[in-house]
Amino acid sequence: MSEKSVIVSLRDVRRDYALGAERVHALQGVNLDVEAGDYVAIVGPSGCGKSTLLNLIGVIDHPTSGTVAVDGRRVDSMNDRDATRFRLHNIGFVFQRFYLMPILSAAENVALPMAEAGAPKEERLKRATELLSYVGLERRLRHRPSEMSGGEQQRVAIARALANRPKLLLADEPTGELDARTGDEIISLFQRLNHDGATLIVVTHDEDLATAARRKIHMRDGRVVQE
Amino acid sequence: MRAVLAQASLVRHRARTALAILGVAVAAAMLLDMVMLATGMRQSFKELLLTRGFQLRLSPKGTLPFDTDATIPDVAGVTETLRRNPEIGEISPVLGGSIHIPIGDRDVSASVLGIDPSVQGDYELLYGRDVRTPNAIVVNDRLLRALGKRVGDTITVATGYDPQTRSYSGQRGFTITGIVRFLYGASDQSAAAMERQTLKQMNASSPLRAGDRASLFMIRVREGGDVENARRWIESRLPSVSVLSISTALAQVDQRLAYFRQLAFILGTVSLFVGFLLVTTLVTVSVNERSGEISVLRAIGVSRIHIVEQIVIEGVVISLIGATLGLVLGLITARYLNSILSAFPGLPMAIDFFLFQPIAAWSALGLLAASGIAAGIYPAYRAASLPIAETLRREAIA
Repeated sequence: MSEKSVIVSLRDVRRDYALGAERVHALQGVNLDVEAGDYVAIVGPSGCGKSTLLNLIGVIDHPTSGTVAVDGRRVDSMNDRDATRFRLHNIGFVFQRFYLMPILSAAENVALPMAEAGAPKEERLKRATELLSYVGLERRLRHRPSEMSGGEQQRVAIARALANRPKLLLADEPTGELDARTGDEIISLFQRLNHDGATLIVVTHDEDLATAARRKIHMRDGRVVQE
Repeated sequence: MRAVLAQASLVRHRARTALAILGVAVAAAMLLDMVMLATGMRQSFKELLLTRGFQLRLSPKGTLPFDTDATIPDVAGVTETLRRNPEIGEISPVLGGSIHIPIGDRDVSASVLGIDPSVQGDYELLYGRDVRTPNAIVVNDRLLRALGKRVGDTITVATGYDPQTRSYSGQRGFTITGIVRFLYGASDQSAAAMERQTLKQMNASSPLRAGDRASLFMIRVREGGDVENARRWIESRLPSVSVLSISTALAQVDQRLAYFRQLAFILGTVSLFVGFLLVTTLVTVSVNERSGEISVLRAIGVSRIHIVEQIVIEGVVISLIGATLGLVLGLITARYLNSILSAFPGLPMAIDFFLFQPIAAWSALGLLAASGIAAGIYPAYRAASLPIAETLRREAIA
């Protein structure tokens, strides 16, 4: 693994939570490298620290100790302002429950991160149309989330995650709310995205989704136990 | 985009938003009414005093005009003294009193003003002719109705009524020449006006009111003249009279209306606070419901300040729509309340308790907009401070 191609690097990362009077050790010294263009699935039982690990890589949480670098930048101690800008331009998030804005159309939802980044309206609309075509929803541009199926909503969410051409796409249980057939569509879409050059890290319980990834990382009790 | 998202949040729960707007509208209406009440009566009184351009009023020492039956003797002498000041323009002596008009077996009583028709500033003619002859009398609509007479009819008017002997000191026949509106008259007051000389003659046999007397002098200072200078000059020359300028009259009114202003201030503050709490509650509930959505916005790179702006916009939109509705509601209720209060016995009809002034409306609107912003700040701060990962984890478990 050449140093240049590593896009995510974690060294001895620990994350502790206070849960009432108890101290929960969600991550206990995780070391991980992910190369650009890789497709990684993180699997393991509930509560093993998968989502915590994803949140640290996505810069929406900070480690208790250790270092996290994304695209060569230390993100573990970034202040909120820098972290927000970093996420906007470098990270794409896909969530289990889609979290689309109900009042906005599919195209407007996709354009949302671009608007935040200050892209002109015409450019936003053009790119949103391209992305929705990419995920197979070119006929759903003006539809609102309530007018779409779960699979369609998740594809809109994936298009939104790609809006600002992120270096890294993170997905937390992206097929968790979908039936098997729709889940398969999302798995195919992720494979196509990776084939087209996207770096993906997916947290999942879905064996089919994990199998489709190039690397599978097993976690248990806050540690990477097998790869 | 932030405005669109704010609007989205508001239309998501239409009924709740509508109720909050209605609540703010009621609070805004009350606030506007209180602002109008706090300033309206004073302004209305000032406008009333300035209606005919008389800036100074002379009354017997230690009294307010028509506050008692006291009078200023020697009208000719006082007028002559006043004429010596070149700043003084018109002088209008007014003699007040009461009259009795026997109609069949009834006896209608009314207040009367003896005026000099060429310079009077007490009434405006609504119909007919002004007082031009010694036997002419003008009356207000209320008295005309009480008499059951018309303009052109003749009546017998008596002064100096003694209730014990049921006799009069002066009696005279008059022709009703016009209907007038007394500027300082109360709505429940029957009133008439005649020449001061005529009233003086009718009072001639009354031991208390005989002679050349006036209850009040109204004085108009010439253009360019200094009212306060004139006031001081009169006080130095005529020590037996009190000289009331508009500013001193207003100061006295202010003193008497302090209670109204305090009440208006307290109720206005309460209504502003109620509006503030309503908006804060609604927006806080809305933020709590959308914590997952807000955390996702933060996760995809939306900055804290933009989240704050979106939430504050929600508060301001509710406040501004509510305030606009409240403005209309406030004007309607003010009009209704004004009609009730104006009918209060003894108050001049022309006095408005709730006087609409654009500045009052803008003040109320500005206060509500400011409270809308303030109301949005707490929930906006909460929304912007949500721990993203923790909130998403809680949402996932929920």
